[in-house]
Amino acid sequence: MDLFSNLALGFATAASPANLLFCLIGVLLGTLIGVLPGIGATATIAMLLPITFQLEPVSSLIMLAGIYYGAQYGGSTTAILINMPGESSSAVTAIDGYQMARNGRAGTALAIAALGSFFAGTVSTFLVALFAPPLTEIALEFGAAEYFSLMIVGLVSSVALAHGSVVKALAMVALGLLLGLVGTDIYTGTPRFTLGIREYSDGLNFVALAVGVFGIAEILRNLESEKTREVLMARVSELLPTKEDFKRMFAPVIRGTAIGSALGVLPGGGAILAAFASYTVEKRLSDRPEEFGRGAIAGVAGPESANNAGAQTSFIPLLTLGIPANPVMALMIGAMIIQGIVPGPNVATEQPALFWGIIASMWIGNLMLVVLNLPLIGLWVKLLKIPYFVLFPIIMAFCSIGVYSVNANVYDLYAVAFFGLIGYLLLKLRCEPAPLLLGFVLGPLLEENLRRAMILSRGDPTTFVTRPISAGLLFIAAIVLVVVFLPAVKAKREEVFVEED
Amino acid sequence: MKAISFDTTNALCGSILTAVGLFFAWQSFGLELGTAFRMGPGYFPLLLSVVLTLLGVIILVQSARVNHEPMGPIAIRGMLFILPAPIFFGLTVRGLGFVPAVFLTALIACFASHRMKPLWAVAVSLGLAIFSVAVFSYGLNLPFERFGPWVRF
Repeated sequence: MDLFSNLALGFATAASPANLLFCLIGVLLGTLIGVLPGIGATATIAMLLPITFQLEPVSSLIMLAGIYYGAQYGGSTTAILINMPGESSSAVTAIDGYQMARNGRAGTALAIAALGSFFAGTVSTFLVALFAPPLTEIALEFGAAEYFSLMIVGLVSSVALAHGSVVKALAMVALGLLLGLVGTDIYTGTPRFTLGIREYSDGLNFVALAVGVFGIAEILRNLESEKTREVLMARVSELLPTKEDFKRMFAPVIRGTAIGSALGVLPGGGAILAAFASYTVEKRLSDRPEEFGRGAIAGVAGPESANNAGAQTSFIPLLTLGIPANPVMALMIGAMIIQGIVPGPNVATEQPALFWGIIASMWIGNLMLVVLNLPLIGLWVKLLKIPYFVLFPIIMAFCSIGVYSVNANVYDLYAVAFFGLIGYLLLKLRCEPAPLLLGFVLGPLLEENLRRAMILSRGDPTTFVTRPISAGLLFIAAIVLVVVFLPAVKAKREEVFVEED
Repeated sequence: MKAISFDTTNALCGSILTAVGLFFAWQSFGLELGTAFRMGPGYFPLLLSVVLTLLGVIILVQSARVNHEPMGPIAIRGMLFILPAPIFFGLTVRGLGFVPAVFLTALIACFASHRMKPLWAVAVSLGLAIFSVAVFSYGLNLPFERFGPWVRF
């Protein structure tokens, strides 16, 4: 079987001592920073991105993927212990997880979250391995028009899943696309929007933008009002769930995995949506719906499995099409480009070891999380007590070192400060930065494919709707936009995102 | 008659986006536009800036209708100390060298919080400088000069 020989190659790559070590480091670093307050997965990866550039491409992507799961795991830990989700997709976990912790069952909640995530991770890794290759085949048929339309779908979905106003999210996409165009025009070599600064003729540095908009803006927001956080549990005891608990988490985990795997593929951040969907489903199906919100096991098991499965399958569009499904995947694309890999359908055929190595490392990373983190929970709890004012000088120093180490270009550091200011301004104006980052990454690609498609069709814009795949994709994008603007959905959407904050 | 009430945040947001859109549009006009068949470097940016400007105007118009919660506190002190930190690092990393630059960058960032005591700040920065040089310079072998020409005797 092709699948098994491919997976064998993947495991051989991912299980080399060096790659295992980087996977471990990634998972630990990710959890560490995910647990630390005030920094989510995106900011974590943005900050740690530069560290990985010194490594081999495979090792660096494996480590980044590890950071991603680790940060997600750390996010659920803080959601359960201090009712502060480290990132939006574990917001649902906080609802019932924190209540479980208050009932003295913190250990069980953490174990359920970890085991559910591991199960979901295992299943969805296989799904990625199963579905990525055929999708790659389809993607190879894609022309410029299809790519353009596909990116439009991605951008529109990111708008649909952003917090707050849809119009603002659309504006963020447009702004991101424009910022992505700063630099030299690929066809004519004309410098664009560089304001005459030669250092920006290669475009704005992606790492500087990500670190500034996600990392530094986050720090500034945390500095607005410095409160002391209360850590609920000094000691976490009784890690292992009872037989009864296992029985009650079994079905939710399966359903969560299915929901998460399906929704994760959607461009635009399916993991968050998956967690919410799973919670709703569990509440509907439960024979004890009154328990939800008061510490229901299904309310932790379902969403945690769903968001982990979604996190995993969101690699499918990245690996097959080179289109990021969420801001973290956008960061991965940035990392690949800096490593000299052009993300897209060719990765699977040209670099099979890289492609399958990443897939295999997903499973290994999940295994490490379960094995390492359950015993280490005591340590993570201690970390929660570190006061914030000690953390951010450390973060600032690492950001500076990291960004500088990418190109040894001091202008990148000035850009960090500038984007930090912009990011904070956007936060204050209640604009979501995720669509901006997605737009920034896709900007040059979108323009290139638009121009190529127009040249191929001799200036006839109907090419986007006469080619069937392209037309289908644009149709999806249009439906998503219409649905988002429907009054009923709009009200519901606001409700969901308010709950999340 | 009721006075028109503006949502300050959205009004500000709309005006800024409109201004940015207009700025990009103005810049795009300086570039060759080309035709839809053969787009020049200015075609797509102009399209985007028009969209951005329109969206900005929509946000501005909508801001006159609803009143949301106020913007909340602004981290003035944070901005004053956090934002200069990477700039300072950029200005000094070549001259002072890696170790002093990390130490001073962290020290500047420390003062963004009013809770940080000076002694703590020095201790944290010192620890950080030692840690960074061990990890990045000795551990990862990044090609940084540990002490630059400004502090050499």
